[in-house]
This record gives sequence, structure tokens and C-alpha cells, in this order.
Amino acid sequence: MRLAAAALLLAASLAAGAAAPQDEARIRALSEKLRCLVCQNQSLADSNAELATDLRRELRAQVAAGRSDEQILGFMVERYGDFVLYEPPFKASTAALWIGPFVLLAAALAVLVLVLRRRRAAPEPPVLAPEERARAARLLGEGREE
Amino acid sequence: MKQAIIPLALFLVLVGFLFSGLRLDPREVPSPLVGKAAPAFDLPVLHPPGKRFAPAEMKGRVWLLNVWASWCVTCRDEHPVLVALARQDVVPILGLNYKDQREEALAWLQRFGDPYRLSVADADGRIGIDYGVYGVPETYLIDAEGTIRYKRIGALTPEIVEQNILPLVKTLRR
Repeated sequence: MRLAAAALLLAASLAAGAAAPQDEARIRALSEKLRCLVCQNQSLADSNAELATDLRRELRAQVAAGRSDEQILGFMVERYGDFVLYEPPFKASTAALWIGPFVLLAAALAVLVLVLRRRRAAPEPPVLAPEERARAARLLGEGREE
Repeated sequence: MKQAIIPLALFLVLVGFLFSGLRLDPREVPSPLVGKAAPAFDLPVLHPPGKRFAPAEMKGRVWLLNVWASWCVTCRDEHPVLVALARQDVVPILGLNYKDQREEALAWLQRFGDPYRLSVADADGRIGIDYGVYGVPETYLIDAEGTIRYKRIGALTPEIVEQNILPLVKTLRR
């Protein structure tokens, strides 16, 4: 009796399109890695575009068919290019994208070091010449007398 | 004065980058499908009912596959260009009717003219996924071996037909 109820529940959940919990988590994770090409700043998970719905259904079908994450992401890249991935792979055409920020950071640090060094190398404030010192003393002395 | 030169130069470089960025279209994503075999399919044609079509039937010919739908507004802008191209009779145009209702698609063709040798119905968009379709209309130029040689995302214009498609058709024919 209990078994029959469980089977019924399982059938109902399958009919509703729900997969096993670990599969659901995988589908969720995959759709967060993929960009919706219709509204490019949303992931497949967040987008309500019709294409996103279709692609999520495709994801679901492929997960259900037992394909690996690499195979599924490969499937998407084959059709939509690296752009579909929020984290594009490192290769010649994406090198500037990956290395660029570090190059900029290094350049900024180099400029900072250069500026600091130049500041330290600046000459000491000039020492007062004897006549200047005498004048200063005179002025200060005058001040004291008042 | 001298100190201002470096920031000014950097600023001008930045302006240059931003300015050229203004002219780029972020929707134009380079397709990984160019240079690859056109994905196979076997779909019912819109008309006559009961007939099916597979791209293999076009082996040995250079042809255009145009993705369209009656709900697609840009397709309506593009349509006269396709009709004119079909009238020139230099390259056969086949339609992939994407996520559409059969009756509406047929009514649309009746109303605006039918430039297609035939249109196949991709009702659930599954073949569209294989072709990496994300912004209807899209157009593929496929060569005699069945390899995709060119892809246009968005409407074709007379300029694109003249400058990109027709010259490529000519070289591929040879």
C-alpha cells in the first residue's frame, strides 16, 4: 500500500517534470553557468525569454538522458559559441579577457611605485643661508620684544 | 602643462575605445557554426501537408536557409528583400518556420508573398537550437557539401545581399 503510494507520488512528480533532487540541483547549477542569448545579462536560470525556457527543457532532457555536465555545456558551446558561458575558457581569443585586468593592475602598481620613489628622492628642503638665518632671528627677536 | 599630457592621452585612448564600442552590436555573437556542417533535420513542410524535407536533399547546391516566423516583426521588414532575391533566381531560399502556428504561417505567406522554395515547420524550436537560433530572423548560406559558409543574425538588407551573400554564392558555385 505504502509502496503504491510512493510509486504514485513518483509518477506524479515525473509527470510534473520534476527530476530527482540531485538532478534538480545539477540543472540549476548548469543553467546558472549559461547565458540567455536573448537577454544577454541574465543567466538561463533567471531568464523568462522563450528561448531560455526551451533551453532549460533541453538541459532537463539531457540531464535525464544521463549526459555529463561537460557534454551538456559542450552541446551549448557548439551551437551558441563561448559567449553562452559566463566563464569562457582560456584560449588565444579570450586571453586578453583573462589576463587584461592583471596587466592593468600591474601597470597601476608600477606607476605607484615610480611615483613614491620619485617623491622620496626629492631634495631635502633647502637649509637657510647665514644671512637668511640672521634675518629670521631678527624678525623673531622683534616679535618677542613687542 | 607637461603633467597634463599623460592623463589627456589616456583619456583620449579611452574615448577612442568607447566610441568604437558604440558601433558594435552586442547581439551579434560570432557563430561557431560557420565552417561546420549544417545540422541535419527531417521536418514536415508547411505546404503541401504530409511532405517532409531534409537538408540532404539540397546536396550539390548552394542555398539559403532563412529562419522566420509570422510573429516576428523584423521578419516583416526583411521580407521584401527575400522576395526580391527570390525573383532574381540566383540562389534557392528555403524557410525554417520557427515556433509558429501552421495556419498563421501560411496566411502570412499568402499576405506578403512567398519567396521560399518550401518552408519546414520547426514547431517546438528544437531544430532552431541545433542551428543556434536566438534572434529571428536568421539566415544561413549553405554550400554544395552542406557546410555553413555564412550566417546573418537579424534582418537581411539589400546591402548585405549585394555585398556579402551574392559574391559568396558566386565563389561557392565555382
